[in-house]
Amino acid sequence: MTERAPVLSVRGLSVRFLMPGGRRVAAVTDAHFDVAAGECLALIGESGCGKSVLASALLGLLPGNAQTAGRALLGELDLLAADERTLARTVRGRLIGLVPQSPAAHLTPVRTVRAQLEETVAELTAPRGGRKALRAAAEAAAERAAFPVDHLDHHPHELSGGLAQRAATALALVGDAPLLLADEPTTGLDRDLVDHTVDELRRHVDNTEGAGARPDTGRALLLITHDLAAAERIADRVALMYAGRIVELADATAFFGAPGPRHPYGRGLLDALPDRAFAPIPGLPPELGALPDGCAFAARCDRTTDACAAMPPLGGQVACHHPHAVLTKAADRA
Amino acid sequence: MLELHTVTAGYDRNAPVFRGVSLSVAPGEAVGLLGPSGCGKSTLARVAALLHRPDAGTLHLDGTPVRRWRHRAPRDQRTAFGVVFQQPRLSADPRLALADLIAEPLRATGRRDEAAGRIAELSATVGLTADLLARRPHEVSDGQLQRACLARALVLRPRWLVCDEMTAMLDASTTAALVRVVEEYRAATGAGLLAVGHDRVLLDRWCGRTVDWATLTASGTDPSTRNEQSPTG
Ligand code: SF4
Repeated sequence: MTERAPVLSVRGLSVRFLMPGGRRVAAVTDAHFDVAAGECLALIGESGCGKSVLASALLGLLPGNAQTAGRALLGELDLLAADERTLARTVRGRLIGLVPQSPAAHLTPVRTVRAQLEETVAELTAPRGGRKALRAAAEAAAERAAFPVDHLDHHPHELSGGLAQRAATALALVGDAPLLLADEPTTGLDRDLVDHTVDELRRHVDNTEGAGARPDTGRALLLITHDLAAAERIADRVALMYAGRIVELADATAFFGAPGPRHPYGRGLLDALPDRAFAPIPGLPPELGALPDGCAFAARCDRTTDACAAMPPLGGQVACHHPHAVLTKAADRA
Repeated sequence: MLELHTVTAGYDRNAPVFRGVSLSVAPGEAVGLLGPSGCGKSTLARVAALLHRPDAGTLHLDGTPVRRWRHRAPRDQRTAFGVVFQQPRLSADPRLALADLIAEPLRATGRRDEAAGRIAELSATVGLTADLLARRPHEVSDGQLQRACLARALVLRPRWLVCDEMTAMLDASTTAALVRVVEEYRAATGAGLLAVGHDRVLLDRWCGRTVDWATLTASGTDPSTRNEQSPTG
């Protein structure tokens, strides 16, 4: 575990969408977590569980009908309280580098990768020395994301999926932001490319050398994904989300390893993997507009009791009335 | 038997996506076709499902040569296939409620009267609630929409299933749930399956055998294809 001060500190973050007819959709409820420098936290869960909404809230990119509560501190700045001007000028790109879900859609199709990188470099770092310095800085940015310099004059559609992803990563790294936020960066990629993409992200977290290095630490990485293999590969810690709530915060080695998840939903999700039991969790997640009063997983859970009619708090690490045991030495002896 | 023999196909006759590929699937067999995205495996799946006419080569369906593709194919051949694609939003009419989406093939083949019964049966099979059946695609998640698309693929009780990256967008639990539906259907009906994907772990777990796209295009033959053929491309 890391002792470093958190780069991002999320406290009681909630997001509600107000729908026509006065309906309220509880997309995110009372999320608490930290991400430290040099650390990767993977926020995992199925599509629609609220993890992408949470990312949008951090970036100030929620639609107009959203209401937020709580705090998300990046250093001294509360992202939820920041105005659009601050978000646009100092947050996006500078304090948070976004590695997007679909690099092809994120890159401007009609412009070369070089033109886009140079524009971003000029905007975020304003290097002195005119055209030549700008060109050199853009090439250095490409190299940091292992994007081949001889492909810089290509348009996005001329790139393979892997190179497009690296181009998007290069753009995300330009501002040398302390927090990298990767939102489903591997969707639709082949396994080899998934491994490669997340390994590179990890490298930017670990990186403590070179021109882009921070004095004593790497960056913090918040990886949002439904790809459990990708999370297992690079995460230090895991935040498991279900129906808008973080239901377990765990050390990644413990979560994916022998102790396993403590929350029944986490167990079910891992058991669904094709290299494990390949057994689906029965049923469907509840509608975020019509959540039950008690545990949202109760209808699908094999450990439900009467106690589960009351909402389980995230007491420390797991929001469940009957979590799976922690395999400690004490428990082994017992 | 579903037999593709030395098939060449693409979208430009002068630059086919692949040449001379052979592959066969026996009744009741599950064959996984593994390859990276953009390699042409989806085009092969579309040829196999009568959705794309090849430039050269032959396709035999239960011993009968296929001569026409797409809407020109004879109905009994077309309806022998159930197909599920990667992106449910691209293959679902956004104006239709999920119930109507599932029943679409019944309407198209003049079997409207079976719709209510089949919808009830299949929605239970794929795990869709009555509330979800009444919604349109933009009102449900990708996973819920893909459940409906799988139900639609099964509604005519096809002898062959072609699943092209069916679970690429889905989480682990929804993936396992949809694969289970396919396998239960196959166990009950003896249908054959061609599952196209890029995840080896998934295809190995799901299918009886997994064929690597690279080996198909290198030799031009599937090891199970009995006819010896020299590579053509
Ligand atoms: S609180 Fe109860 S229903 Fe919810 S996950 Fe725990 S045991 Fe299951």
